[in-house]
Amino acid sequence: MEVDITGARILFDTPINLPILGQLRITETMVISWLVMLVVTGLCIWLTRNLKTENISKRQAVAEMLVEMANKFVVGNMGEKFRYFVPFVAALFATSMVSNLIGLVGLRSPTADLSTEMAWAITVFVLITAQKIKTNGLGGYLKDFTTPIPLLTPFNILGEVATPIGMAFRHFGNILSGLVINTLLYAALAVASSALLGLIPGAVGAVLSQIPILDVGIPAILSVYFDWVSGVLQAYIFCMLTVMFIANAAEG
Amino acid sequence: MDFQFLAKGIALAGCALGAGIALIAGVGPGIGEGEAVAHALDAIGRQPECKGDVTSTMILGCALAETTGIYGFVTGLLLIFVAPGSFMNLLS
Repeated sequence: MEVDITGARILFDTPINLPILGQLRITETMVISWLVMLVVTGLCIWLTRNLKTENISKRQAVAEMLVEMANKFVVGNMGEKFRYFVPFVAALFATSMVSNLIGLVGLRSPTADLSTEMAWAITVFVLITAQKIKTNGLGGYLKDFTTPIPLLTPFNILGEVATPIGMAFRHFGNILSGLVINTLLYAALAVASSALLGLIPGAVGAVLSQIPILDVGIPAILSVYFDWVSGVLQAYIFCMLTVMFIANAAEG
Repeated sequence: MDFQFLAKGIALAGCALGAGIALIAGVGPGIGEGEAVAHALDAIGRQPECKGDVTSTMILGCALAETTGIYGFVTGLLLIFVAPGSFMNLLS
């Protein structure tokens, strides 16, 4: 039985050397991320072609519903003054969801690589910190670390660093666990079907046992949870946390 | 006795045991999520009209509570797939 669970493969090395990070390598994650970007961009272009003010098509109705939902989500959770966050949060949600669901067509989803989520989480962390500094001023931001007593400063710093790490690991862990469990299930079902069909005597059994017949259909049941529910839920939670943390930072 | 061999064996055994122990972290979120769902059901039973709100908040809370379990899972994965390789490099 062969089980192949690896990290994202390095497709090819480029000769470019970056200052701190070392050699630039094109990984599977990056290539599939480009595909995700293409899909999201294509969907946006397709949904917003020939918009009309009356007699709208079904396509336009869907597009309007999505924009409406994004507006309601951000404005409802953050307040009217944060309306300019709508495109950011919607982009984050769309990228995250398409990345999670692209695993369904057999590609390795980019979100099963910690680098992707870490990049998102660091972006969000920068936004949170900027919002905190904007609200309290730099002095107030630094002073916030010494509350309630100066002795707790290390813990406050730790708590601050834990925010992006927690966000990234939560998303990453959920998607990766789905990937690992699906891979194990496929391998186990292949073994089971070859053992089952191997019971048929003669050449027919020998041929049939090479076909993993149990792999058809059964993994779909687990996929409903690990790909659909988990994928959509994690995208939602990531955006929810982004919105909550930034709104909290603005309250001071 | 080949000490190199013994050392590798101990390192591998440690990784395997550590991975198993790391998954004990799943107990906490299990209990926590059970509590959360139980109370959400209580709330829905008392006020069936706010089922939607309660459910969405509960799912968010459950996903947040799951974090520590996920940390354990990631640690276990690292111990199974990453740590043995680096130990073997170190010891050879």
